[in-house]
Amino acid sequence: MSELQVKTMADFMASGKEADLLFWVGSAGSFDDRAKKITRAFVKILNKAGVNFGVLGAEESSSGDAAKRAGNEFLFQMQAMTNIQVMNAYNVKRIVTACPHSYNILKNEYKGLGGDYKVQHHTEFIAELVSKGKLTISANLKGAKVTYHDPCYLGRANNIYDAPRDLIKLLGVELVEMKRTKSRSFCCGAGGSQMFKEPEPGAQDININRTEEALGLKPDIIATGCPFCNTMMTDGVMAVSEGAAQVKDIAELIAENI
Amino acid sequence: MHTSNIIFFCILISALSLFSFNLWKIVRNIRLGNSKNRFDQPLKRTKILLKIAFGQTKLFARPVSGILHSLVYWGFLVITIGTVEMMIDGIFNLDRFFGVLGSFYDIATASGDVMAVLVLVSCLMFMFRRLFLKIKRFSGKEMKKSSSIDAIIALVIIVFLMISLLTMNIGYIGIHPESYFGSFPVSNFLLPYFANWNLHLIHDISWWAHIILVLVFLNELPYSKHFHVVMSIPNVYFSNIENLGKMDNMPSVTKEVKLMMDPNADPYAPPSADTPPPEAFGAKDVTDLNWVQLMNAYSCTECGRCTSECPANQTGKLLSPRKIMMDTRQRLKEVGKNIDKHGKDYSDNKSLLNDYISAEELWACTTCNACTQACPLNIDPLSIIVDLRRNLVMEESAAPQELNMMFNNIENNGAPWQFSAADRLNWKDE
Repeated sequence: MSELQVKTMADFMASGKEADLLFWVGSAGSFDDRAKKITRAFVKILNKAGVNFGVLGAEESSSGDAAKRAGNEFLFQMQAMTNIQVMNAYNVKRIVTACPHSYNILKNEYKGLGGDYKVQHHTEFIAELVSKGKLTISANLKGAKVTYHDPCYLGRANNIYDAPRDLIKLLGVELVEMKRTKSRSFCCGAGGSQMFKEPEPGAQDININRTEEALGLKPDIIATGCPFCNTMMTDGVMAVSEGAAQVKDIAELIAENI
Repeated sequence: MHTSNIIFFCILISALSLFSFNLWKIVRNIRLGNSKNRFDQPLKRTKILLKIAFGQTKLFARPVSGILHSLVYWGFLVITIGTVEMMIDGIFNLDRFFGVLGSFYDIATASGDVMAVLVLVSCLMFMFRRLFLKIKRFSGKEMKKSSSIDAIIALVIIVFLMISLLTMNIGYIGIHPESYFGSFPVSNFLLPYFANWNLHLIHDISWWAHIILVLVFLNELPYSKHFHVVMSIPNVYFSNIENLGKMDNMPSVTKEVKLMMDPNADPYAPPSADTPPPEAFGAKDVTDLNWVQLMNAYSCTECGRCTSECPANQTGKLLSPRKIMMDTRQRLKEVGKNIDKHGKDYSDNKSLLNDYISAEELWACTTCNACTQACPLNIDPLSIIVDLRRNLVMEESAAPQELNMMFNNIENNGAPWQFSAADRLNWKDE
């Protein structure tokens, strides 16, 4: 039995009600075993705060980010227009997502194709819940050392640097910054469809380079806000020094402390 | 008017003609690019121009070179006022013509005088960095000996420009100790050391040396990477001012996709007479890029900030965003020369893609925007990389095998992996 309360937009429509917002789960959040845990953690938070949200379920399809960044604009626009048709049919106005790639593309690139939504990253949304008093985070992680890896599609791409950090600090942890941080953060290596292919020949894998930098700070936890970054950093820790640090999404850290 | 005025006038006209000719060629080359609307939001663009170009803000990410470069830049802005005045003097024999501006003139000349020293010192330090410090970003496989020589030539010219400016000022105040216009703190300080010199001669030699160096420098620009001096302002003004993550949607594709999704469209309908011939998707050569991307290429001064932040490059991959810009410029120059020699319909059967930039370089990019963020002039190598990828994928069907599988998965089951859409909610009960 699931303890999570999740309704699809179709459920809402069938019962004649409307959701306040759509949680865009994304392909990684739906299918990747590690990312599914992030999805569940975020839903736990949404349930706890009593948010009236819906998901698209089987009606959701790839946002088209992987296709677009790989140069397949045709496939991207097919995906975008299909998704927009579905979302507009459900009269979607607000979207929250735990994936910076979905966030970026829904917010910036769907607009020109007929999909105009207010889109938030889950860290922005959780920060808003906290500031409205709908969610209380306990500072249970006192003494833990955490470093935050900025996802490119959240940071440089959309200038969101503070919301994730503010949330991490609420956990009572010591937040330490890597040398390459915020707008000069170093990519995890997954963007631009690299997630779906082997890296080109080189001296080192990008995720190893970044993980070494993070582990250099001797953190207990490497926090991030992107399912792809999570995979890359998790693989990185396993390759560099297994067990040296945990890689966690901010939603997971919050869900464990509410 | 004296003979010297006539001589100066002839030199000035020749120098400006040569510069205009080269400038015209570059503008023509840039106009070979496709259209792109960057004339929107003039207010926001002006603000960004003031901040990034005049304020030099992005340079300060690297404090040492940032401060040195800003001093040179701001120095040039102030000193240019004096250069204009010298040209008026040269033609009309009106020495210190702007002197009528009174206290504003005092401020302008005093800042020019002080900035001359700061520019001089900065350029000497730049030379020291280039010659004696091994700065990693100045090397790389795309960097040829000529790039470095290019830099040293410009620095040497600027050093002599500043020396001649100072000796001219010293001569000027020395000749008219009681009645000179303006204020020259540094030159006043140095004047006693020139007490036994023929100040008239020093002034005249310095004047000519300075103005001729100005014209030499001006004409060196179009032949070198230092054309960024000219391009920086338009380049920043017309740069991308949206979120860096926002990539353009191709209108040509939108048209096709809408047609495909329109149940009332007749796929067998003959194209109407006013339908333009179908265009190729993405970019294969520089003429498939847009004018902003081509302007970017002429604005690049090969500083390497992009490459030194590029995750692919820093982990030993073939990709270097600086090389993308340098290749684009080199290819565009080649296309321009072909037009000059053989007319505009000539094809040399070469292209930017493959002959200059390889697929391996393109597939190494993570689209992380580190390069666009790092560029002090908002140059956008990423947009070129993506346009070339678009050509590889949509025209050549030449994506790496794994990416083709990913495309197939999205087409067949709406996810980059082989999972059924029906399973999208499985996480709920796991």
